[in-house]
Amino acid sequence: MTRPSCKLTAQEILDTYFLENRARLLEIASFLDRVDRAADAAAGQGDYRYRAFRKALGLLLEPGAARTKAIQVNFSDPSSEPIASAVGLKATGAWAGGGDAGN
Amino acid sequence: MQVIEPHMHMVSRTTDDYLALALGGIHTVAEPAFWPGFDRSAAASFHDYFNQLTVIEPARAARFKVRHYCWIGMNAKEAENLELAREVLAMLPKYLDRPTALGIGEVGLNKNSRNEITIFEEQVELAARRRELLLIHTPHLEDKLKGTRIIMDILKNEPRITPERVLIDHAEEHTIGEIKENGFWYGLTLYPDSKGSPARAVDALEIFGPERICINSSADWSVSDPIATLRSANEMRRRGYPEALIGRVFYENPKEFLSQCPKFSAA
Repeated sequence: MTRPSCKLTAQEILDTYFLENRARLLEIASFLDRVDRAADAAAGQGDYRYRAFRKALGLLLEPGAARTKAIQVNFSDPSSEPIASAVGLKATGAWAGGGDAGN
Repeated sequence: MQVIEPHMHMVSRTTDDYLALALGGIHTVAEPAFWPGFDRSAAASFHDYFNQLTVIEPARAARFKVRHYCWIGMNAKEAENLELAREVLAMLPKYLDRPTALGIGEVGLNKNSRNEITIFEEQVELAARRRELLLIHTPHLEDKLKGTRIIMDILKNEPRITPERVLIDHAEEHTIGEIKENGFWYGLTLYPDSKGSPARAVDALEIFGPERICINSSADWSVSDPIATLRSANEMRRRGYPEALIGRVFYENPKEFLSQCPKFSAA
């Protein structure tokens, strides 16, 4: 069992944060629906960001209190070698080599 | 309440923001040198920028009784151009000697490239030679975990650098644990789209404790909030934390870290 580290009770957390997180969940559903409604939906669903996002959604359902870290790691580059050059590159939010479509 | 904002880019903010800081109880700010949203074409631009950080901004802040300090360094984003970066490195000592410069920062990595690492290592060597405090920029998003680890390896390989004189900024849930285990200070950045929120910052505080944490807005030219620290303090209040703990996180902690530079004095 996870060591308690929050000062609020679970009931207080639900009373305080449920509505704003319900709204966030609907934003995510709407975002995924938007991709599905696009003319090139299949291309979007094959994008590494979309696949990493779907994998992260699976992590939300894992038990315990380590979901946030697991999702951060899911989006991260797991390699350790420097890249040759950063010219023209920018962060996109998901590692292009990740995002297994397994779930 | 009194708050020290340990990381904000005031060159990108309006004068109205200084008034908002003062009204909110933020009377001391520290501004790291950073990437302005575009790559500068010549070293002369950095002279103007470092002059702005060490002369213009302290004067602008003083109108509102806000104390303005800065960090001087070559940011990782522009370090890919080795020739330009080394011209800038050569000018750093002149600006580090100025009365409101607290140390070298924000320096670190952006995409974890070889050139970024080279320029970061040269600035770590400069910090070690001059006994400067270091403020570290960690990469964004998918590059953060890898970059934070590379940065810590470089710092640990320099025996003249002690971890209590280094703050590793833009930490998140997947990097905080390793940073703390290695003895460094860490910064949590409240940046709406790409970093943390007040609620997540307080979650991290609950999980990792109040030791060696500095919470900052990093407000700059992009979507950001100059009073994000006040929102996080309010989030602590919302969860029932005492004012003494809130004061520790938002005033005493940054004061303790920054006071390692004898030039620093909190308002």
